[in-house]
Amino acid sequence: MLLRRCGTDALLVEVDSIHEVAAVRAALAGIPEIDELVPAARTVLVVGGLTEARRALENIDLTAEHPSSTREVVIPTHYDGPDLQLVADTARITPERVIELHTGATYEVAFCGFAPGFGYLTGLPEELQQPRLDEPRTKVPAGSVGIAGEFTAAYPRATPGGWRLIGRTEITLFDPRADPPTLLAPGDTVRFEVAG
Amino acid sequence: MRQLTVLATGPQALVQDLGRPGNAHLGVPPSGALDAPSLKLANRLVGNPENAAGLELLLGGFHARAHESCTIAVTGPSVDVRVNERLVDSHSPVHLRADDVLAIGAPQTGLRSYLAVSGGIDVPAELGSRSTDLLSGIGPAQIQKDQVLPLGTPGIPIGEDVVPPVQIPHELVIPITLGPRDDWFDDPAKQLDGGRWTVSDRSNRVGARLDGTKLDRIVGELPSEGMVTGAVQVPPNGLPVIFLNDHPTTGGYPVIGVVPGGYLPHIAQARPGTKMRFRPLG
Repeated sequence: MLLRRCGTDALLVEVDSIHEVAAVRAALAGIPEIDELVPAARTVLVVGGLTEARRALENIDLTAEHPSSTREVVIPTHYDGPDLQLVADTARITPERVIELHTGATYEVAFCGFAPGFGYLTGLPEELQQPRLDEPRTKVPAGSVGIAGEFTAAYPRATPGGWRLIGRTEITLFDPRADPPTLLAPGDTVRFEVAG
Repeated sequence: MRQLTVLATGPQALVQDLGRPGNAHLGVPPSGALDAPSLKLANRLVGNPENAAGLELLLGGFHARAHESCTIAVTGPSVDVRVNERLVDSHSPVHLRADDVLAIGAPQTGLRSYLAVSGGIDVPAELGSRSTDLLSGIGPAQIQKDQVLPLGTPGIPIGEDVVPPVQIPHELVIPITLGPRDDWFDDPAKQLDGGRWTVSDRSNRVGARLDGTKLDRIVGELPSEGMVTGAVQVPPNGLPVIFLNDHPTTGGYPVIGVVPGGYLPHIAQARPGTKMRFRPLG
């Protein structure tokens, strides 16, 4: 674990894996002096409350299993994405098996970024861990469910994107007038199910 | 109804308050007035709480008609303010009667004027703020001609006050703390200290882009990581970008250093072509 200075009132905590990120986030969550806590792939950004954050990180056990969130979100998905066949071919399995694998796994929101409410979910079965498209799409429709590398995600709104799209959901992922505004927050447990 | 009808917007008129910080973990940028001290001052002059929503006006050119009497104040750089074509003071509370027409000219220097109206601009809040976030499309849309802006309940103005306009220097010398990714650069303090830049016309509320010295960095990309406002990101072309309030919450280019928050209003007021240097802090 490395603490990197990020201006006068922020710290970037750098670790070696997404699991260690979760441990750092869990250790710092709930410290009232911290203004912003932003987990990412290998880092956690801490803004404000640096004294308290440093103290909490002194005795942290990065290998410990952090308590999982009590919040579980289910995302009903129509598995008819334009890249479903490509994903199946790449994994040398059938599209039906892709759906089975994707709905069978339990995911965790590792972090949000890229766009409001865009959660990067870890827990993707190994067969589905595949590279991004060679040519990103200029417009990915809102609700698209995709995979890229170790992550799966649902697009809260239409944006450009290079993830392989396997399905779509009609669930609202981001509504700036709702409280909370995002369906997903770091630490949440997520499952996908076939939409009826 | 206490309202204001917009007769002309100028190049860009946006509703801004002090933004929605604390939502970065959801992917939501802080947004809010780029020159926050100027918005706070305008609000104080008209008797509003400092975080009331006002208008951020890029290069002036904003005209509006009051439906009922209200108090307004214009802050930021020195600028012509007229009521029914008669010159009045900026940086001072000004009373408008029903049907008075307010006209804000282009500032002589600087970029952004702030207009506060007693009661504040009362559009619906999103994530606790009325600010327009141009990156994420959160908050009210950019203000259009003929739009009617609802006003909230007025407070009690604090009375006359003498306040100097924001001074715009010819050359900005901006302090910067090194890190978090200064190890991507060979002798980062020396590179920053020796470099000379100008503010690019591609700058916006997301970031101030700089033209000039190309910083020499390691080739490659980082896994995306959290970004603070004031982060100086260096893309592969070596030209620094200073993140302002509508910045993305995460990014994959190395951040060589961070500009202290108190200097960001100066950068937000710097016109394209303004000379800029960095002064690395130890």
